[in-house]
This record gives sequence, C-alpha cells and structure tokens, in this order.
Amino acid sequence: MQDFASSFATALGLLFSGDPELWAIVLLSLRVSLSAVAIAALIGMPLGAALAVGRFPGRGAVVILVNSLMGLPPVVVGLLVYLLLSNAGPLGVLQLLYTPGAMILAQVVLVTPIIAALTRQVIEDLDAEYSEQLRSFGVSRIASVPTLLWDGRYSLLTALLAGFGRAVAEVGAVIIVGGNINHVTRVMTTTIALETSKGNLALALALGFILIGIAIGVNAALGLIKVTTTRSAYA
Amino acid sequence: MNRMIAADEFKVPDRSDNASANPTLPLTATGLTYSAGGRTLVDVGQLDIRTGAPTIIMGPNGAGKSLLLRLLHGLIEPACGDIVWAGRQAGEAERSRQAMVFQRPVLLRRSVAANIDYSLKVHGIARGTRAGRVAAWMEKAGLEALARQPARTLSGGEQQRLALARALCTEPDVLFLDEPTASLDPVSTHAIETLIRDACARGAKIIMVTHDLGQAKRLAGEIIFMHRGGIVEQSPAKKFFSSPASGQASAFLAGGLVL
Repeated sequence: MQDFASSFATALGLLFSGDPELWAIVLLSLRVSLSAVAIAALIGMPLGAALAVGRFPGRGAVVILVNSLMGLPPVVVGLLVYLLLSNAGPLGVLQLLYTPGAMILAQVVLVTPIIAALTRQVIEDLDAEYSEQLRSFGVSRIASVPTLLWDGRYSLLTALLAGFGRAVAEVGAVIIVGGNINHVTRVMTTTIALETSKGNLALALALGFILIGIAIGVNAALGLIKVTTTRSAYA
Repeated sequence: MNRMIAADEFKVPDRSDNASANPTLPLTATGLTYSAGGRTLVDVGQLDIRTGAPTIIMGPNGAGKSLLLRLLHGLIEPACGDIVWAGRQAGEAERSRQAMVFQRPVLLRRSVAANIDYSLKVHGIARGTRAGRVAAWMEKAGLEALARQPARTLSGGEQQRLALARALCTEPDVLFLDEPTASLDPVSTHAIETLIRDACARGAKIIMVTHDLGQAKRLAGEIIFMHRGGIVEQSPAKKFFSSPASGQASAFLAGGLVL
C-alpha cells in the first residue's frame, strides 16, 4: 500500500512537472492514432457510404464482413501487418517495420472497419429519409453520397471519435509492428505494459491517467456534439 | 387574420388560352399500373393532364393518390404502362423540369438559405447567380429573417413554406404537391396557397393531392377522383362539385366517407 501511494504521488509529479520523456510518449501516441484515424476516415467513410447507397449482389455479405471486422483482435492485426512489412513480406522493401509508419498502418487496418461500419449505418438511416427528395431533385444514387456525408457530418464525427478511442487505447498491434523502441516507437499503451513489468509503476500510472483523461475527453466531446446538434436539429 | 376567406377569392384563372406556355405538358399516361406485395395498388387506363389551372387529385385513403403522384414524377417505377410528357418519354430530363413537395417536408440538415441554394445548385444554376435567387425566394416565402437558422428548427408551417420555395426556385414546369397543408393551421395554409397561386400564374402546372374539400374548391381547375387504385372521374372542378358523375364521388362529397 505504501508502494502504491508513493507511485501515485510520483505519477502526479510527473504529470505536472512536464516531464519531457512522458510528454514525448504522449505526443507520439497522439500523432500515430490521429494519423491513423485521418487515413482510416478517408478510406472508411466513402466505403461505408458506398455500402449504404449501393445496390449490388453480395452487399449483405460485405456489410456483415465489415461489421465483423469492427471487432478485429489488435494482436492479429499486428501479426498480419508484421508479416506484410517484414523483410520477406510483400511490403518489406518499404523498410517500415519498427517505425511509427508501421504503427499507423496497423491502426489504419484496425480503425477503418469501425469507421466504415458506423458510416454505413449513419448514411443508410439518412438515405432512408432523403432518397425520395434527392431523386426528385434529380440527384443520382452515387451523386447523393457527398450530400449524405455532409448532412450526416455530426453523426460521422462520433464515428471518428469511436475510431480514435479504439486506436489510442490498443496495445497489441503497435507493440508487434512498432517494437516498443525507446524514443522511436514507444507509445502510451506499450510503455504502460513495459514499465509495469519492470516495476516502474509511477510512469505507467501517469500514462494511465492520461489515457483515462483522453477517454473522458472523447466521451465529453461526444456528449457535447449530441447536445448541440439536437438543439439545432442536425442530428 | 380574422377575416373569412371566401371560397372563390382564390380561384385561379383558367389559363387554357395559354396552352403553349408550358413546354412539358400535356401529360399522357397509358395503361399505368403499380403493384407491391402481389397487390395492384394503382391501375390507371388512360390519364391526360393539360396545361391550365391546378389538377387536384381527391379520394379516400388508400385510393392510390400519393402513388400516382410518385409514378408520374418518376420516383417509383410502374409495373407497366407509359408516361409521356409533350410527346417525350418520361426520364431524367423531364424530371429536372418538375418538382415535388411531400406531406412531411424533407429538409436538409443545413440553414434555410442553404436548402434553397442546394436545389439551385443541383439544377446546375451557376454559383454567381444563386445568392440573388436564394434571397428572392426566401422573401417570397416570408423566411428572410430566418435565413441562417437551421431549417429543421422551423415551425411546421415555416418548414412547408421553405420546402415549397425550394421546389419553386428552379421554376419547374410541373409542381407535384402531396397534401402540402395536411397538418397546417389556416394562416400557414393561406401562405402555402398564395405561393401555389403565384406559381400557377407564372405558368407552372400544379398537380396536387388534398383531402381538404375547401382547398380543392379554392384552387382546382379540374378534379381527378380516385378509388381503389383507379381513376373514377376526371371533371372540371365546377362540374365535379355541382354534379359529380360517379356514385363514389357523390358519396365522398356528401359525407367524405367512401368505403
């Protein structure tokens, strides 16, 4: 108990003293996860919207597949991306393994299905309401996608935040493809895993506080979006 | 607004003298049927709609009025039959000269002004000329003070005025209206009818479904009476209301209940 209390105090000290090592880890975490979410959004949103408005054979199966991929185990993603990027793998020439680039790639694979599946749901609901009116305007199914994405923008923001929450908190994928190298690929979650096993609980706890803070921040943002969009009837 | 509005005060002048003004009409539909779930819901042998004062479609619930509007506008595909506008087969080009307002307006999650702007934009109106037209139509609809307000926070009457202005801003040749004032109070209904009258005076053909007998009397040039998917009667409004040809229409006018 004595140990826990002192770790707790040291952790708070690290947070408020602006410890450069701690903040470098936090910044790298944010950089990796935000980049991954941005790239996943560019792929997942058009994909989800196309699934929502498209009518083609096998659509139902693709929807089920994308929904299932939302629950991809991060370690499996890490393993697959590792195989892709290893020297013997098809993308080995890129020499990305054990770089932040590899971690971004792994999180893109992890987050894209989440954003695509949530986007499909949002756009499908919106399309059910808009389709007759847009058809009356002479807007074709495909041409209606940008309109639906824009009008669903606030609901889609929640999909982005859900993707970010998943990316920033996962450890399995980034530890495999990043290697947890000090000052290079060490992010919050991998540091917590390592420092805990080393018995350096203060740094692990401090990073844990930040992760929980981010989770609270993301949920507060979601709540704020919900309140403001309900008020302006945009949701 | 506590004065009575006489039924004939809103009578739209018959514009049959100006038949050449509307390039999209006449409309001819032949052998039009629509079915869903194994039931034939619309079965119209022959329908001709010419330019002039509004054509009002009446009839009990389930008669197929809304479906007929959607078929004519091209929102749903008929099981069989032909729709011909002024000698041309119905298609995208024809629909771009038509507009429709639904019973429950579908407003975009944008401001009032952006809703009108969107309609102009998808009809290919150049960016430079849009702002002026948006402003003009917001004024016509009495919404200029609400330009930047989110459209979906408007009252029911304001929403329907906006939906109508958004439909009219592209100056369609044909305007379909599906019970546009069904849930509105008299003041809002009056505002909607004024916009409809203006559109008609400009030369647009109004094809409208309503359950409101008073509204039909105020606006109609001719009445199409539907029952169980078919057209029972198509007559000039005066004749329809004074001496309807069909038993169903007589019963409808007498008590409003046709079973």
